Amino acid sequence: MITGKVVKFGEDVNTDVILPGKYLVLTLNSQELAKHAMEGLDPNFSEKVRGGAILVAGKNFGCGSSREEAPTALKYAGVKCVLAESFARIFYRNAINIGLPVMECRGISKEVEEGNMLNVDLAIGEIKNQTKNITLQGTKLPDFILEILASDGLIEHLKKKMGLK
Amino acid sequence: MNIVEKILARASGKKEINPGEIVEANIDVAMVHDITGPKTVQSFQMIGVERVWNNERIVVIMDHIVPSSSVTATELQKIMREFAYQQKIENFYDLGRGGICHQVMPEKGHVKPGDLIVGTDSHTCTYGALGAFASGIGATEMAAVFATGVLWFKVPEVIKLNITGRFQKLVAPKDLILHIIGQIRADGATYKGVEFSGSIMRNMSVDGRMTMCNMAVEMGAKTGIVEPDEKTLKYVKDRTSNPFKPVRSDTNANYETVLDFDITDMEPQVSCPHLVDNVKPISEVDEVEVNQAFIGSCTNGRLEDLRIAGKLLEGRTIKEGVRMLVIPASQDIYLQALQEGLFEIFVKAGAFVCNPTCGPCLGGHLGLLAPGEVCISSSNRNFIGRMGSPKAYVYLASPATVAVSALKGKITDPRTLEA
Ligand code: SF4
Repeated sequence: MITGKVVKFGEDVNTDVILPGKYLVLTLNSQELAKHAMEGLDPNFSEKVRGGAILVAGKNFGCGSSREEAPTALKYAGVKCVLAESFARIFYRNAINIGLPVMECRGISKEVEEGNMLNVDLAIGEIKNQTKNITLQGTKLPDFILEILASDGLIEHLKKKMGLK
Repeated sequence: MNIVEKILARASGKKEINPGEIVEANIDVAMVHDITGPKTVQSFQMIGVERVWNNERIVVIMDHIVPSSSVTATELQKIMREFAYQQKIENFYDLGRGGICHQVMPEKGHVKPGDLIVGTDSHTCTYGALGAFASGIGATEMAAVFATGVLWFKVPEVIKLNITGRFQKLVAPKDLILHIIGQIRADGATYKGVEFSGSIMRNMSVDGRMTMCNMAVEMGAKTGIVEPDEKTLKYVKDRTSNPFKPVRSDTNANYETVLDFDITDMEPQVSCPHLVDNVKPISEVDEVEVNQAFIGSCTNGRLEDLRIAGKLLEGRTIKEGVRMLVIPASQDIYLQALQEGLFEIFVKAGAFVCNPTCGPCLGGHLGLLAPGEVCISSSNRNFIGRMGSPKAYVYLASPATVAVSALKGKITDPRTLEA
C-alpha cells in the first residue's frame, strides 16, 4: 500500500519539462538529477515532494523523449507513485523498469485535488481518496509488472531471474 | 495479420498473435547513442553479466553532443567508447564516422524489412520506413536486452492511414506528417502502431517515408511503419548483403481504425509552440519574425531536404538578423551535399553549415535560443525548453518553409517566393 499527499499536474506533461535535456550530459547521479525535476513547471517541486508524495496528472503523462532520467528524477525527488489519465508508453515502461509505480486511472484528474491524501493498492488497482472519502478503480498492472516493481525495478528482477543473486 | 503483428509473431516464435497479448520477442538489432548509452552501460554492469548477448546485433552511435561540448560530456562518452571496445562492438560509429543515429541505422544497412529493432531513443520508430518494427525503449530495458537479447512487448492495436491525392508544389512529407499529428493529436495513437499506406506513400521516396515514420512517436505511437516495396528493397540491398524476409499486411488484416486522408488541397503546415500537435496551415499562422532557422535533425537533415533548401536559397541572401544553421544528418549526406555544391549555396546565402550531429534539436549545443527568441526548425519537437531557454518559441515546418522563412525573416509560405 502506498500512502501520500497529492501533487497535481495537467495534461501532456512532457519529458523536456520533467527533466530538461541539458542536465543529461552533466551526470549519471540520480540524486543530482532529482534536484531539477519539474523545474520548468514548478520551481518548488522538489520541496513539495521531498519525504514522499503521489503525483497525479491528466492524459499523456511523460510524452516525448526516451530519457529514463525523467522517471528517475521523479523517484529520487520523493515521488512514490504516479497516477494519470494515461501515460506515454516509453515513460510508462521506464518508470516500471526503474521501480517507480505508475497506474492509469480514468477520471482521476477530476476526482483528486492537490493536497488530498491517497492510499494506493497496486495489487488490486484501487485508489482510496481519504480526504474526499471516495474510491477509484485504476487499471491493475499485470502480475509480471508487479513482480518487477516488487524487486524495485528490472535490474534486480533480472538478477533474480538469471540466478545472479 | 497486419505487418506489425506478423513481425512480432515471427520474433516471438508464434504462428498467430492478437492485440493486447504480451509476448517475449527476440531482438534483431539494438541501438544506443551517447546520451542514453552511458546509463545503459551502467545498468548492464549492475546486472553483472560479462558479455553482451550478441556483439554483432548492437550498434553504438555518437551523435547527440558531438564533438563534445564539455568535459563531463566527454567523460560520459568515454564510458561508451570503452564499452564498445571492450565488448568488441564493431558497429561503433564515433564522430566523423556516422552521424545522427536514425540516419546512420538505415543508411549503413542496420535496418532490414521484417526486423524487430529497439533503440534507446524515442525516434527509433523512423526505421518503420523500411518495413521494420522499431520502437524506443529506456536505458535499463536496453541493459536487459544487452544481457538477454529478449524483451517483452504488448502487441499493439494498429491504426491504418490511407493517404491519397497529390502533393502541391513545395508541399512535403513533413507537412503531411504535421497535418496528421494535428488531426490525431499528441496522444491519439498512444501504445498503438500506425501503418502509413495509400498511393501517396507508394509514390514517396524512402527519405520522405523516414520523415513520416520519425514523427509517429509525436502522436504517441509505439511504431510507425510502411509496407516494404521495390523502393525499400533497392534501398536495403544497396546497403547490406545480410538476408532478410520482408512481410506485408494481409488484405483481410485486422485494424483498430482505418482513416482516410486526401491531401490534394493541403498547404504547408506549421506546428506552433509549445506542443507538436498545435498544427496550423501556414495561411492561418500570424506574422511571426524569426531569429533562427534550422535545417537538420533526424526528421529533415537528409539529402532531399538539403536539395530543396539549396534550390530555394541559391543566389539569394538570408535576411539580416536571422541566424541560419544547416546540419546534414550523416557523413554520407555531408559528402554528397558537398559534392553537389550545396554547401557553396548555403554559405553564400549566409548560413552556418555544421558537421553531422543532433546539435540544437535537443538543446544540447550549437545554437541554443535566448528568452523571447523564435526559431523555425525542420526538427520534430517544440516543447518548452527543447532548444534552449524555456522562454523561447519553436515552430516546426518543412525544410522549404524554413529556408524561405530565413530569406524573409518571418514565417513564410515557400510557395510565395517568386522564381
Ligand atoms: S536529431 Fe533530435 S530528435 Fe533526432 S535523435 Fe537527435 S536529438 Fe533526437
